[in-house]
Amino acid sequence: MTLMRRLLWMGVALFSAAAIGVIALRRGEPINALWLVTAALCTYAIGFRFYSKFIAAKVLLLDDTRATPAERLENGRDFVRTNKWVVFGHHFAAIAGPGPLLGPVLAAQFGYLPGTIWILVGAVLGGCVQDFVILSFSMRRDGKSLCQMAKEEIGKVGGFVSFIAVLSIIIILLSVAALIVVNALKNSPWGTFTIAMTIPIALLMGIYLRTLRPGKVLETSALGFVLVMLAILGGQFVSHHPDLAKMFTLSASQIAVAIIIYGFAASAVPVWLLLAPRDYLSTFVKLGTIMLLAAGILALRPTLQMPAFTRFIDGTGPIFAGKLFPFAFITIACGAISGFHSLIASGTTPKLIARESHARMVGYGGMAAESFVAIMAMIAACTLTPGAYFAINSPAGVVGTAPAEVAATISSWNFPITASDITHLASSVGEESLLNRTGGAPAFALGMAQIFSRALGGERLIAIWYHFAIMFEALFILTVLDAGTRVARFMLQDALGHIWQPLGKTGSYPSILFTSALVVAGWGFFLSQGIRDPLGGMNLLWPIFGIANQLLATVALCVASTIIIKSGLARYAWVTMVPLSWLVAVTFAGSWAKTFDSNPRIGLLAHAAGLASGTISAKAADLPRLIFNDRLDAAVVGMLVIMVALILVESVMEWWRVLSGRKHAVTHEAPYVQAEALGVSS
Amino acid sequence: MKRLRDFVALLATTLKEIFDENAYARFLARTATPPSAEAYAEFVQERHSAPIRRCC
Repeated sequence: MTLMRRLLWMGVALFSAAAIGVIALRRGEPINALWLVTAALCTYAIGFRFYSKFIAAKVLLLDDTRATPAERLENGRDFVRTNKWVVFGHHFAAIAGPGPLLGPVLAAQFGYLPGTIWILVGAVLGGCVQDFVILSFSMRRDGKSLCQMAKEEIGKVGGFVSFIAVLSIIIILLSVAALIVVNALKNSPWGTFTIAMTIPIALLMGIYLRTLRPGKVLETSALGFVLVMLAILGGQFVSHHPDLAKMFTLSASQIAVAIIIYGFAASAVPVWLLLAPRDYLSTFVKLGTIMLLAAGILALRPTLQMPAFTRFIDGTGPIFAGKLFPFAFITIACGAISGFHSLIASGTTPKLIARESHARMVGYGGMAAESFVAIMAMIAACTLTPGAYFAINSPAGVVGTAPAEVAATISSWNFPITASDITHLASSVGEESLLNRTGGAPAFALGMAQIFSRALGGERLIAIWYHFAIMFEALFILTVLDAGTRVARFMLQDALGHIWQPLGKTGSYPSILFTSALVVAGWGFFLSQGIRDPLGGMNLLWPIFGIANQLLATVALCVASTIIIKSGLARYAWVTMVPLSWLVAVTFAGSWAKTFDSNPRIGLLAHAAGLASGTISAKAADLPRLIFNDRLDAAVVGMLVIMVALILVESVMEWWRVLSGRKHAVTHEAPYVQAEALGVSS
Repeated sequence: MKRLRDFVALLATTLKEIFDENAYARFLARTATPPSAEAYAEFVQERHSAPIRRCC
């Protein structure tokens, strides 16, 4: 490294330290969002330049003379040598889901600092490392999936646990996704109309793509985007029209039923008609909005209103109950470390990499970019006044439902807000009420709308921006819902096919209908629990989703550590074992608390006991069902933890056998083949 | 100017990859079929049969 470069990197390090110092140490006065942006960008730059390079050189031994599967197995379908930046964009578009947007918004109840530090440290030392190593190991194994690698490198238990963990995560994720949409759209004719219109728009796009302009996806997506913007404007008209407004004002239960029907239909109808065009439209809007948000934050440099810490680090938070440790680290998964990413990193991406060294930018760099999206979500949430933030996100069971009651409760927490502030906030965005909208989406939408409206349109356009943001989130989340239902259906068909062959036929309509119904019933069950929960549902479901997602990351890091040890590089196994140890501590502590904590707002069994003894009030007719649900949720968490404990034990035994020389280590890496002299450059 | 042109070309290729336009072109080349409504429907079916395409 030249002297100039050394000085440059020293400058970046100093800049990073200064920015982190400001966000960590400044107390009692609002700070500018630019400090978070600076801290984040400098941290990612240092992590990428030094840590990822170290991992590439010492742990993964990436070698550009070795042909990648994209070169050896090129078939024009899955295996295609692709430019590094193109794969980066493709991978980023695949991993960036609603998780990094909503997790930080929910975790902001602890203040901006805990979540921000976790996003940065978790990403640089955990999430980026996980994505990078799994991508590289999959690439060295002809693009095998995480489940296949777990089975080959650890044992059969590993493969089975990965499969069950993936299926469970998808089911829980889908119920959480559906609940977020329900909470964002209930009693909101504007939002409901706009989102309802995305279905005929997607159908129109599907028909246009199929019959008029086959393959012209970008053109069709742009057309769909224009139609969606018109739907947002139409939603404003609907919300002011007495009859239409009534028609589109739906309760939480009505929206839940509509979403369940939609999920089933989307999984069962031909993919070109609904699912594919929605996926493209959602990706189009997602990429555009993320760019717009980044530009808005950089241009306007908003001030954070939320303090560094709130009183809720003690576990009494209104949005979800539980102490800073472990709940902050479970709540923010996708922005810091997400097990789900390991499925993408061992899915389509490794089959596109042209040179081994590209995995560094795609895996490590892609996750750093995703983490930056989480930082932007944190900024958007924290630019709201804490009073407004808690008024929107707190459930009725904690703050009440009337503006005066909500204002009094939240003001008593030292976050002043008045009933007229609450009413004005809702009317400024064209809503009757923004209260009790748990899930993070409306709070994030309001934060985004405030940032955007400062740049364009001011107060006059804030309602349009708010509904644009709601449309963006709901479209994005519903796409996860329909695609996820379909993926879970495929997985279920695959598994059930081993029991009874006809069920495994993916093209058989009875099998499609049966397995789709099973999947929808699975997430529909959790959704119905969520909407009936007086604590807003997120208190219950989001931590379970976070635990499941982090448990999958534990599986991925077990696989990675095993491969590193088997490769004779045990001295570098700390690279994956440090985040693995942290995740084991977080997920096991979180699961224990969620199951056994004596506080009924946290512990599921304590909640069930409270219902049974009458210390927690509920309708007599609902009691058996509520108690059963609590116990079932506790069993789901327990089952996931036991399975991950099994894979952990199996991994440790494998490490012991290899390190003690009792077993000859064999990895399942594909044999070395010399790469062609001329590959895809850059 | 050339750098800008290269950047725009790279951006366009990336978008075409994300939105499966490149994959459709490869599908047509691989199956030696002309572009048509049927070919596109077959391509979409094949493309979306991949286990997991998007993350949470």
